[in-house]
Amino acid sequence: MADHDAYRPDALIAEDIEAYLAAHSAKTMLRFITCGGVDDGKSTLIGRLLYDTRAIFADQLDALETDSRRIGTQGQAIDFALLVDGLAAEREQGITIDVAYRFFSTGRRKFIVADCPGHEQYTRNMVTGASTADCAVILIDARKGVLVQTRRHAYLCHLLGIRHFVLAVNKMDLAGYDRGVFDAIVADFMSFAALIGIEHFTAVPLSGFAGDNVTEAPSANTAWYHGPSLLSHLETLGVDGADGAAPFRLPVQWVNRPDLDFRGFAGLIASGAVRPGDAVRVLPGGRTTTVREIMTFDGALPQAVAGQSVTLTLADEIDCSRGSVIAAADASPQTADQFEATLVWMAEEAMMPGRGYWLKLATQTVTATVQQPKHRVDVNTLEQLAARTLDRNEIGVAEVYTDKPIVFEPYADNRTLGGFILIDKETNATVAAGLIRFALRRSQNVHWQPTDITRADHAALKNQRPLVLWFTGLSGAGKSTVANAVEKRLARMNRHTFLLDGDNVRHGLNKDLGFTEADRIENMRRVGEVARLMTDAGLIVLTAFISPFRAERDMVRAMMAPGEFVEIHVDTPLEVAEARDVKGLYRKARSGELRNFTGIDSPYEPPENPDIVVNTARMSVDEAADHIIRHILPLA
Amino acid sequence: MTTALPLTHLQRLEAEAIHIMREVVVEASRPVMLYSVGKDSAVMLHLARKAFHPAPPPFPLLHVDTTWKFRAMYELRDRIAAEAGMELIVHRNPEALARGINPFDHGPLHTDMWKTQGLKQALDAHGFDAAFGGARRDEEKSRAKERVFSFRNAGHGWDPKTQRPELWNLYNARKRPGESIRVFPISNWTELDVWQYIAAEGIEIVPLYFAAPRPTFEWQGGLFMADDPERLARVMGTLPPITTRSIRFRTLGCFPLTGAVESEAATLDDVIRETLLTTTSERHGRAIDRDDGGAGMERKKQEGYF
Repeated sequence: MADHDAYRPDALIAEDIEAYLAAHSAKTMLRFITCGGVDDGKSTLIGRLLYDTRAIFADQLDALETDSRRIGTQGQAIDFALLVDGLAAEREQGITIDVAYRFFSTGRRKFIVADCPGHEQYTRNMVTGASTADCAVILIDARKGVLVQTRRHAYLCHLLGIRHFVLAVNKMDLAGYDRGVFDAIVADFMSFAALIGIEHFTAVPLSGFAGDNVTEAPSANTAWYHGPSLLSHLETLGVDGADGAAPFRLPVQWVNRPDLDFRGFAGLIASGAVRPGDAVRVLPGGRTTTVREIMTFDGALPQAVAGQSVTLTLADEIDCSRGSVIAAADASPQTADQFEATLVWMAEEAMMPGRGYWLKLATQTVTATVQQPKHRVDVNTLEQLAARTLDRNEIGVAEVYTDKPIVFEPYADNRTLGGFILIDKETNATVAAGLIRFALRRSQNVHWQPTDITRADHAALKNQRPLVLWFTGLSGAGKSTVANAVEKRLARMNRHTFLLDGDNVRHGLNKDLGFTEADRIENMRRVGEVARLMTDAGLIVLTAFISPFRAERDMVRAMMAPGEFVEIHVDTPLEVAEARDVKGLYRKARSGELRNFTGIDSPYEPPENPDIVVNTARMSVDEAADHIIRHILPLA
Repeated sequence: MTTALPLTHLQRLEAEAIHIMREVVVEASRPVMLYSVGKDSAVMLHLARKAFHPAPPPFPLLHVDTTWKFRAMYELRDRIAAEAGMELIVHRNPEALARGINPFDHGPLHTDMWKTQGLKQALDAHGFDAAFGGARRDEEKSRAKERVFSFRNAGHGWDPKTQRPELWNLYNARKRPGESIRVFPISNWTELDVWQYIAAEGIEIVPLYFAAPRPTFEWQGGLFMADDPERLARVMGTLPPITTRSIRFRTLGCFPLTGAVESEAATLDDVIRETLLTTTSERHGRAIDRDDGGAGMERKKQEGYF
């Protein structure tokens, strides 16, 4: 192993630790991602960087030597990959599955390396690693040149907004340290980089195995190379400034109210700088005020900049809470509720157009629906392909609608206010990453028309409180029958009602919809919107739909005013419903004539906390109706 | 720390940790901070006080005690919690207490019952749904792949295959009833970062981190401190020969399980110098990682160890 004393400043540590610490207190930090496949020597290169910067200790090296002999892939030599493949499954299979974070530092910088697997099936992991990286190191095997995967890695890193690229042409020792080989690879990559908009990159000829140009350059084997070593390039490239020069934005995380006299707004500054006295605008309300103080544990600060976690106090008492964004008054971001976004799908379950997901952007969390993708991108050829959905690891462009306006900026301008995640409401899994491209124009031009007769007026005229009685259950459970009986009782009590029946709606409003999962969701969305309009008109709405998915029922619940949605589970066992088979549908489903039939080959997700449960196997229709009336009378 | 452009690595690490702590307080219903009295805990507590200033940190401290910690740790623990204005909850597994579980007679069961089971009991008993821990990714291989927000099922198990992706600084803290989150705000810190931060911020730590003449004994090839000779004699049957040596500790746990290093580093600067010049890793002195080969920590985490 070559010696690299330049990165072992033992002398200063031993002689003058104070001088050493003083120098180190001014260290900056660089986060970078390494991209490459199993055979590109990525783990070997990282292992080499850790070793040469003394981030590996002797006992770890001993363990590594033992492991290398036992399960390594390098014969008797040290298999540096074992250092970075941390999970048992990874060591056993000899592959990297998950993003691993590694740390080392030199006299100038602390480095955080996101080590990501390179295969297409791990696109989501690479996107995760790239989301926090300032720089991408793209590895190429000198013997193989620019491959499909090289292009994929460069595209993903560029998509996630990385501005600094290093092309690490590795295994030069196996290519005879041939300058021609290196130059040809650089030229090849350059034409591709220009195509996708990468303006600049630095290419370094390397051998992670032999150590050439890793920490010092040029190595004796590459006298023809006049650039920096990989490490000295990473130590010196400029990363700060871009966010610092942008206008001030502070997404408010938490309101600090220890007592009545103090109200501070805590958050991590996303861009720009702030000083006491600065004019700021608080979004989404849009009120302006000035910053009174930048409060910290160590006293008030004269200035704070992007990347710092601070607490601000404002000169005026204005509406500001978690999710608000405090921004420079003269250059504030927009708000909108419809966007075009690039989505990277991460979940096993495919994207469901129309389904409501939680969308988290900075400190804002709202409900969002994703429309059918405009196209998906083949990450290998960058071709735009037609798509009805996105599967795991697929990337596409789609419109995203939120249930209320959010404060945002295009991802290209601001990673914090332009990047979001989608969360499945059922499983709580993070299912996608999103990058806002722009707000749709109609989102900013369609405004709510205020009316003089309000929904409260409508309800008062009818002398009742509007409600949605949402009957859910299997086909043949008795939803329509019970709903009908409930409506008759309400009518006798002079309540104004309307029953929306699943079959009837499909003859008109929803006759263009089929029975795929996506169409069922759209069916529910429309019924929900109609029910909401009717509650605005003051009506008590009864709906009878199978509505098999919790997520859609929750979507409808979220559309209604609080307390106006009453979920009624008509809980009739499948055997009973199937035995009734009033419409002969179960027979057809069992024989395969009818596909996607709930309870047979499509799931029914029963409500977890229904407001009312009736079981028509144990209760008569009248008993069920009376039970429901007793429950809702105090409400209606 | 003063504000200068560009931010230093410690400023960025501090800002990240504070952001994570605030996010948990907003998203979780009953957070708690695990407090082991070690240097990482000291840094965590300091960060928490910074994050919520001028309010005190809006959560209690939880010490999962084994009764086998160093006496100096117990002394510092009570004083520091009071200074921070925080409630301190001390939990000792009653079953381990009744059975007199100790590191000499019970081997790995000691860690399992006192720490793993004790932690689960305490979290369940108080209904904590988020627990801050001071684990770092540079400590151990499986930690390197653990998320900042690490989910545990209702049985406190960890499943590395279903970890949620963490993009940017967006953390998904949603969970079902019964599930909980372990949160690691200093995931991206290294041992050296911790020492530098302690120096820069003047954070008080247990004196055992600094070298001093202390009573020591040798056991199973390691050097240990005879913190409580009477108890040692009782549990070991006979007291091993005790010699006074100048020692210190790189990490602190139960005194019979925590190996000491012979050292003359009596000040913070000396300790940092030694840390920078040392050739063994911090957990080297801890028996727990080596229990069952390379996957020891990963298995313990799946069983609910922090």
